[in-house]
Amino acid sequence: MTSVSGMAPAIKVEDLTVAYGERPVLWDVDMEVPAGILMAIVGPNGAGKTSLIKAVTGLVRPVAGYVAIFGKPYREQRPLVGYVPQRNSVDWDFPTTVLDVVMMGRYGGLGWFRRPGATERALALEALEKVGIAELKGRQISQLSGGQQQRLFLARAIVQDARIYLMDEPFQGVDATTERAIVTLLKEMRARGKTVVVVHHDLQTVPEYFDWVTLLNVRCVASGPVDRVFNDRNLRLTYGGRVSYLTHHTPGDTLADGEDGG
Amino acid sequence: MEFLGDLLANYTLRTVGMGAVFLGAVNGVLGAFAVLRKQSLLGDAISHAALPGIALAFLLTGSKATLVLLLGAAAAGWVGTLFVMNIVKNTRVKYDSALGLVLSVFFGIGLVLLTYIQRMPVASQAGLDRFLFGQAATLLARDVATIGLLGAGVLLIVLAVWKEFKLLCFDPDFARSLGFPIRWLDVLLITLLVTSIVIGLQTVGVVLMSAMVVAPAAAARQWTDRLGAMVAISAFFGALAGGAGALTSSVMERLPTGPTIVLCLTVIVLVSLLVAPNRGVIWKWARERVNRNMLQVEAVLADLHVLAARHDDPGHGHPISVLRTMSIGHGGVDRSLEVLRERGFVRKTADGTWSLTPRGLEEAKRLEGRRGEGP
Repeated sequence: MTSVSGMAPAIKVEDLTVAYGERPVLWDVDMEVPAGILMAIVGPNGAGKTSLIKAVTGLVRPVAGYVAIFGKPYREQRPLVGYVPQRNSVDWDFPTTVLDVVMMGRYGGLGWFRRPGATERALALEALEKVGIAELKGRQISQLSGGQQQRLFLARAIVQDARIYLMDEPFQGVDATTERAIVTLLKEMRARGKTVVVVHHDLQTVPEYFDWVTLLNVRCVASGPVDRVFNDRNLRLTYGGRVSYLTHHTPGDTLADGEDGG
Repeated sequence: MEFLGDLLANYTLRTVGMGAVFLGAVNGVLGAFAVLRKQSLLGDAISHAALPGIALAFLLTGSKATLVLLLGAAAAGWVGTLFVMNIVKNTRVKYDSALGLVLSVFFGIGLVLLTYIQRMPVASQAGLDRFLFGQAATLLARDVATIGLLGAGVLLIVLAVWKEFKLLCFDPDFARSLGFPIRWLDVLLITLLVTSIVIGLQTVGVVLMSAMVVAPAAAARQWTDRLGAMVAISAFFGALAGGAGALTSSVMERLPTGPTIVLCLTVIVLVSLLVAPNRGVIWKWARERVNRNMLQVEAVLADLHVLAARHDDPGHGHPISVLRTMSIGHGGVDRSLEVLRERGFVRKTADGTWSLTPRGLEEAKRLEGRRGEGP
């Protein structure tokens, strides 16, 4: 496991086990995420990808194990961590507007009883501008397309101004234009020193979009820089030989665009 | 007019009206949050579960003071909710079944106790059965004061935690990731719901109280896309139905209030479902019709464009029978041609055939371009 220059890693997961009922969904997972990287979590359905980021954000209570954010327990570091849930986890017919949902990202900073005001509004508008849906600010959220919903969730995450972001399938059900826009946005976040961990489904795009990857199937098969761990053997271990990715790509090919230091 | 005059002059009716309007509004507000939190049916379980609480409070204290009975109701409603939560958590019984179980078991116990009380050889037992279907006419000034005080407290708390409740209802996972204690917010919401239901029991009755929670909110959702407006409209609908139902039942002999209020709510809900702009059934139907007609008009224009492209002279006329043949599947050719002529896109030639005008040609090209781009 790589650790970067003595600094505490953004996220450190040790011996993490999560179970619903008797069935473990995560078993003895170790993972270390250095600060300032873009990491993908990949794995087959039921591999525990969502459970992993929910355990890191304290949304599910692990049976065993330990999560540290910049060297301290999550409880003390909560404002540093932003969570972007799956798009279909909320009711999009809820009576509220685009701008209002973005402002929800500031609720944690506001604390109890205080209402969002002009500052929050300005921040929210700026974030909507950044994700490219500022003209939709007054819309009721049910009028958004899947891609716009995803951009809205990202805008809400941006106004949170966290240092670490955990995103559950931000590319799910979005068109190619939105996917490119989101990738650009994620890389921008990385450039500003944010750490971004993304549950991802499309193996083809892993080397292009991300610099680190965690291969997960209940256990953590491998976790590290893409050019070191994203290979034939690990993918086979993760997906049990059902993966077609390597039949028409070799890792060398896909890493051709500048990153193959080898 | 006579009725209104009576109303203003009659102290009893004024008291009853005020109480019913206020409890309707309070339940409308809490109902909106309960519906958005997908807890509509919890109200039904809470109100039915309150009945044994009322009976036990009377058996234990021998008092029929409203406050005593309502405390019993609140305690039982709360216990019922706890049962539901724990059944879901600790057994394989699902939420809806747990609600059904608790509702019927508690209500059954309540009825048994009520029957027992009615057979007691003391005179003071009369009147507890008003909690079944509600009897607004029995509201006294001090009952209304109790309703007012508790209701105002409930409303103040809702206003104070407005943004927390909004987040709880919209995206509880995200709220938790921000550090809000979702479990306690849920407990608070349920406690407020229990309180607002309990203050309505004497007026509306345990059997139909849940309508007072769900119906105004469901109707209000039809009229707006903003949370604030929805809560306000829901309060208004609750107040309207509560007031109208309570007063009607008070002036009519032996008419229970609960069913009367529910009838008023039914009218409000039906009207809202049918005619509300955007979400109403009639509105949707009309919009679909307009869209369909517009598509037919565009299709006829496109057909004419295709025909025109086959002739050197773009003004060449085409008989309507050809257009009808091309329009198999969408129809409405005559009407569409009429619409197009009104807009100046087509004209009828001297021999009764139809041709595109230069403007029509432009329009047809524009539509074709737009279709090419896709949505």
